[in-house]
Amino acid sequence: MVQIPNEELLKRIAEKFDQQVTLVGEPYGLLTVETGREQIIDLLTFLKTDDALRFIFLTDITAIHYPEQEKQIGIIYHLHSLTTNTRIRIKVFLADGDVHIPTATTVWEGANWMERETYDFFGVIFDGHPDLRRILNVDDMTAFPMRKEFPLEDPNRVDKKDYFFGR
Amino acid sequence: MQNHPVYTDNDPQNELSTLNLGPTHPATHGVFQNVLQLDGERIVSGVSTIGYIHRAFEKIAEHRPFYQITPLTDRLNYCSSPINNMGWHMTVEKLLGITTPKRVDYLRVIIMELARISDHIICNGVLGVDTGAFTGFLYMMEHRESIYEIYEEICGSRLTTNIGRIGGFERNFNTIAFAKLRAFLKNFPVTLKEFESLFNRNRIFVDRTKDVAAVTAETALSYSWTGPLLRAAGVDYDVRAMNPYSSYEDFDFEVPVGTNGDVYSRFLVRNEEMWQSLRIIEQALVKLEKEPTDIFHADVPEFYLPPKEEVYNNMEALIYHFKIVMGEIPTPNTEVYHSVEGANGELGFYLVNDGGRSPYRLHFRRPSFINYQMYAPMSRGMLLSDAIINMSSLNVIAGELDA
Repeated sequence: MVQIPNEELLKRIAEKFDQQVTLVGEPYGLLTVETGREQIIDLLTFLKTDDALRFIFLTDITAIHYPEQEKQIGIIYHLHSLTTNTRIRIKVFLADGDVHIPTATTVWEGANWMERETYDFFGVIFDGHPDLRRILNVDDMTAFPMRKEFPLEDPNRVDKKDYFFGR
Repeated sequence: MQNHPVYTDNDPQNELSTLNLGPTHPATHGVFQNVLQLDGERIVSGVSTIGYIHRAFEKIAEHRPFYQITPLTDRLNYCSSPINNMGWHMTVEKLLGITTPKRVDYLRVIIMELARISDHIICNGVLGVDTGAFTGFLYMMEHRESIYEIYEEICGSRLTTNIGRIGGFERNFNTIAFAKLRAFLKNFPVTLKEFESLFNRNRIFVDRTKDVAAVTAETALSYSWTGPLLRAAGVDYDVRAMNPYSSYEDFDFEVPVGTNGDVYSRFLVRNEEMWQSLRIIEQALVKLEKEPTDIFHADVPEFYLPPKEEVYNNMEALIYHFKIVMGEIPTPNTEVYHSVEGANGELGFYLVNDGGRSPYRLHFRRPSFINYQMYAPMSRGMLLSDAIINMSSLNVIAGELDA
């Protein structure tokens, strides 16, 4: 079990995807690349099925919100190649108002709930998902609570006002 | 219940019955709701509803300094909270580039393996209860109590432990803790052996569990299963062996692997893991003898909260205390993923930091959440009684499921 060096892994991806996949960095040795939503499924399928890489294990799907960026919502995939013990992180950034990305459930069954959770908290629409409903929050919630503009506490609550505490 | 797919289309004659299993049901050991459609006792289809105890930990974590996130992690898998605590500490240490002394690593290993044993005690004991054998559960629970007493000596609490700090432990292990640990190592194997002889070749138990809910390795990998469930299906993926953290590379242990991923295999894998955990703890105790006994944390005053007496009497400690509490120490502006082998599988922490006192984004990769999504699909065609023991052997903990 020999870990694939990051340069080799990046080269192998670049052979197939050329300029469509760009290097973000290698924080703590974990290769991080960015791509667009047009080729994300191709990239995931390639990483999973390529004989030398075999990233057969989907560790996690999640999202992040940067309100000050033009492309506000980032979708983050963590993959793991169990045969070579290599990990890779893939990011796709989407503009607010058009947060559509194809579903990864076609590649891994386990992406189902991870994508539902991401939808629930960030409002990312995974096109082609078999059952894209809220999962942890109540069904009739309208906001996407992990976005930065959503306050931690209800700003209308009055029970924490200073005058209740003699201040 | 709008948008809830309650099935009417596959039952035009209205012959099937609908059963609400949960959210509070004595057989589910937690807050799980499954709406099942039954044909007699056989499950035709099912839908899981989760989120009943969702507490928005990821959102809260964005507003808290690193050291105050530890109590949140307690409440993920509350049957083995020390593993979550340690996992979080190690994530922050990886972010900050802190290396811990060997003695801290070994003490952590002891605590984490105790936590793994206590988690497996519950899972396998309860599996016995659900198949009609109460005795084993009572025998085993006695030893969970002794594990909790060891926690109590170390950190003062039992269930939600908040054990350790970033950089090490808040205080050294006392002699009572070690004495209790040695007593546990002496008494527990006897009970575990007894437990195994009660169950492993028990005709009733084997008939109830063998070939129930069998999962192939391909399916398990496709559903991103980890931990004892994946290993029972025949994949030898264990984070401790593959990406060793906290000096696990110094220990000699086996990764037990099952063959056909059924409830019986999972039971055997968990039992064997308890034996391996005992082996690891014994090795750790031997290794500890060679380490200086007064070291219990890394020398990182910028991040390790000083003891209160020193804060009151020592200028430097007061300054560091102030800086840590007010969050005035710069942290790297980067992202880190760290995972530990939780009792249920790979427990991952994805931490994005912007240099402030609290994470910009923190995501928990919770094994229970990811393991549980196969429950409803795999229950199709199963007997209701088999689905109940399948749920026990998945060992889904509601706190970790809902975060």
